[in-house]
Amino acid sequence: MMRIVLTKPDIDRALKRIAHEIVESQRGRFGLVFLGIPTRGVHLARRLARLVADIEPQEVQVGTLDVTMYRDDLAHQSTRATVATDIPAAGIDGTTVILVDDVLFSGRTVRAALDAITALGRPDVVRFAVLVDRGHRELPIRADFVGKNLPTSTSERVNVSIAEVDDRDEVSIA
Amino acid sequence: MKHLISTRDLTSDKAVAILDTAHDMVDVRSRDVKKLPTLRGKTVANVFFEDSTRTRLSFEAAALALSADVTTFTAQGSSVSKGESLKDTLQTLEAMGADFIVLRHSHSGVAATVVNNGWVDAHIINAGDGTHEHPTQALLDAFTMRSRLRGETARGMDLSGIAVAIVGDILHSRVARSNALLLRTLGASVTLAAPQTLLPREIGGWGATVVSTLDEAIETRPDVVMTLRVQKERMSSGFFPSESEFSALWGMNDSRLSRLPSTSIVMHPGPMNRGLEISGSVADSAQSTVTEQVANGVAIRMAVLYTLMGDSR
Repeated sequence: MMRIVLTKPDIDRALKRIAHEIVESQRGRFGLVFLGIPTRGVHLARRLARLVADIEPQEVQVGTLDVTMYRDDLAHQSTRATVATDIPAAGIDGTTVILVDDVLFSGRTVRAALDAITALGRPDVVRFAVLVDRGHRELPIRADFVGKNLPTSTSERVNVSIAEVDDRDEVSIA
Repeated sequence: MKHLISTRDLTSDKAVAILDTAHDMVDVRSRDVKKLPTLRGKTVANVFFEDSTRTRLSFEAAALALSADVTTFTAQGSSVSKGESLKDTLQTLEAMGADFIVLRHSHSGVAATVVNNGWVDAHIINAGDGTHEHPTQALLDAFTMRSRLRGETARGMDLSGIAVAIVGDILHSRVARSNALLLRTLGASVTLAAPQTLLPREIGGWGATVVSTLDEAIETRPDVVMTLRVQKERMSSGFFPSESEFSALWGMNDSRLSRLPSTSIVMHPGPMNRGLEISGSVADSAQSTVTEQVANGVAIRMAVLYTLMGDSR
């Protein structure tokens, strides 16, 4: 049975709230870099960057962070394709990096992302924004900005659809 | 895919995926931190029964860039001189913890023999077997062509529409065979130009056009001219009358370069015999990709190690 848990207006509202929370946590400091984790995190990062710049006009950078080669399960899974990492030309040293993904589950992707960031530079601060936190963490990791806390069982599947990739905005559980 | 023995093992999709991963590895090579943790705790054994500079160093650099441990075995100065067999040598290396064996041997078919007999569990990568194949060289050449000729839009693309002329000592060249097969898989058209004495008999199965002079190949205005090393060490008899005649008829020189489109590239797998198959000024020209091929070799071998690691079958 598929159940829709977030519709397009819900997603819009959640992202807008997160954008406000990010602006608030910055307390007037600039130098934000949104790094999206492929595939859907990249598009969510772009949306958040736009929303933040609307709330408080400022220069925000957006990039893509591929974490594939930093994963801890590579030897147990068939080969995953890598995606090009794309960070601002000026680098990420001294910036505030907002890492963005669609779903937070075991926390292993975020761990890999933190390693990938360390190899790219030394931001002042790294924060993590996620559209859906479905629980079941396997590592001591939490998100700073959460669109929706979604209690799930491990056997359920959370599907995030994003208009840029899937032609519509929707989060469902199956 | 657990092993890489021949470019015949690669479908177009698989080959393009390896080139795309290599694309990302080039980016990693340009960062401050040039290392990835991907192969941490794994051991790559370079097993070279035949001399090599760039292939061995390139695999070593690739393995180190992925945080693997590297052991290097060269037949010279080993127990091979005491009569130890290939099987025993490889099993010894595996017992010491080798997860990948990068194998270079002077006999054709050795890498396939090792895999088919199941002598070891490690991933086997053919780094050149006699006059047979050298798949990672073909991949790095394909990568170099794609990057140079397709530029920014290279990612995800194959080589369809690209015309490649392979010139010179094709008979002794595992590079030529691996390239001809892979280029066809990737959609490029291949012309072979060589003296009759330096063409292998089984060339019909390569899907390539054969012409009898380099000038004839140049007239077709190919996008790529791939020159090959004249392999004196594999020649016991006279395959051509003299070196000066070879370079006059088959050598890539300034006058031939000037008849190519300015966008065409000249490749050489190295080591070069300057003045024989390629003139010094062509080798050092802006259209030459010789040093680029070496740099791309590390990225391709990182991509190959990564692609094989996930597959245990």
